[in-house]
Amino acid sequence: MNLIQKTSILSFFAILISPLIQADENYRPVKDTVVISECGACHMTFQPAMLPQRSWIAIMSDLENHFGEDALLSEQTNQYIKDYLVENAADQQWVGARLLRGLSNSITPLRITELPYWEKEHNEEVSTREWNNPKVGSKANCVACHRHAERGFYDDD
Amino acid sequence: MKLITSKIATRKKTGRRLPYTGLLTLLVLFSGMSNANEYLDQLHQQTKQSDIGFSGFSATRGESLFVTQFGTGKPNTPACTSCHDKNPTLPGKTRAGKPIEPMAISVNPQRYTDTAKINKWFGRNCRSVLGRECTLIEKGDFLTYMISL
Repeated sequence: MNLIQKTSILSFFAILISPLIQADENYRPVKDTVVISECGACHMTFQPAMLPQRSWIAIMSDLENHFGEDALLSEQTNQYIKDYLVENAADQQWVGARLLRGLSNSITPLRITELPYWEKEHNEEVSTREWNNPKVGSKANCVACHRHAERGFYDDD
Repeated sequence: MKLITSKIATRKKTGRRLPYTGLLTLLVLFSGMSNANEYLDQLHQQTKQSDIGFSGFSATRGESLFVTQFGTGKPNTPACTSCHDKNPTLPGKTRAGKPIEPMAISVNPQRYTDTAKINKWFGRNCRSVLGRECTLIEKGDFLTYMISL
């Protein structure tokens, strides 16, 4: 087998497996209509697999002070959403393990953007100028750059 | 032949059903509007009972409530217009970047059709912006303004 043949075979396999290597930033999107309508009224419906259980419990226990706003829900709705988030949290599925990499168990992050993994993924790639773009507005606005974020796809970077 | 007859029968049925569908649509539209007015009526009754000097709600006061920079609530939301557009017939934007449907009932008839939803948002946003619950008069003025546009 000559070099050209070898290279073409190798490239063929590289192309074949490349989607598998890239397509790893996928999270199961939220399908629950209550969660979508309540959380999604103000911000993107973040996938529960993006934070550990302890974070969701902390967030849902203080909705009066929800990132600078009062987002109080009825007790019943609050419990329903909290259960959903806890059941599908990062520490409940393998896809979340990578996201929690480097996070100490003694820390309860309240924002996805506080995760060491998130910081690593964004700090080098996204400039201050891009963050300050009025179309982005907030680091919570994933869809500004990840067009299909709401559907759980974050590979488009 | 049988097939054709049944087809005609179906067509007749649909034909008869159509005006009802139109009527139903109108009913849904108007029930939405009357719901906002019903809510306002309730506020009116409650305010009359608790305030003898009450002479009615005012759209002008509602407008001023809507645009005033209070700064007595949470730091990031000093006014309603921190998120809603100053012009209630235009959409606003949440701090997380999501669009907010216009507040004026004329351009958004779906507004104020669900009592639980009205109460939820008056509660949240009055506490966020003013740092307290809104009074009955404030709520009435606000709704009167949004209906008047």
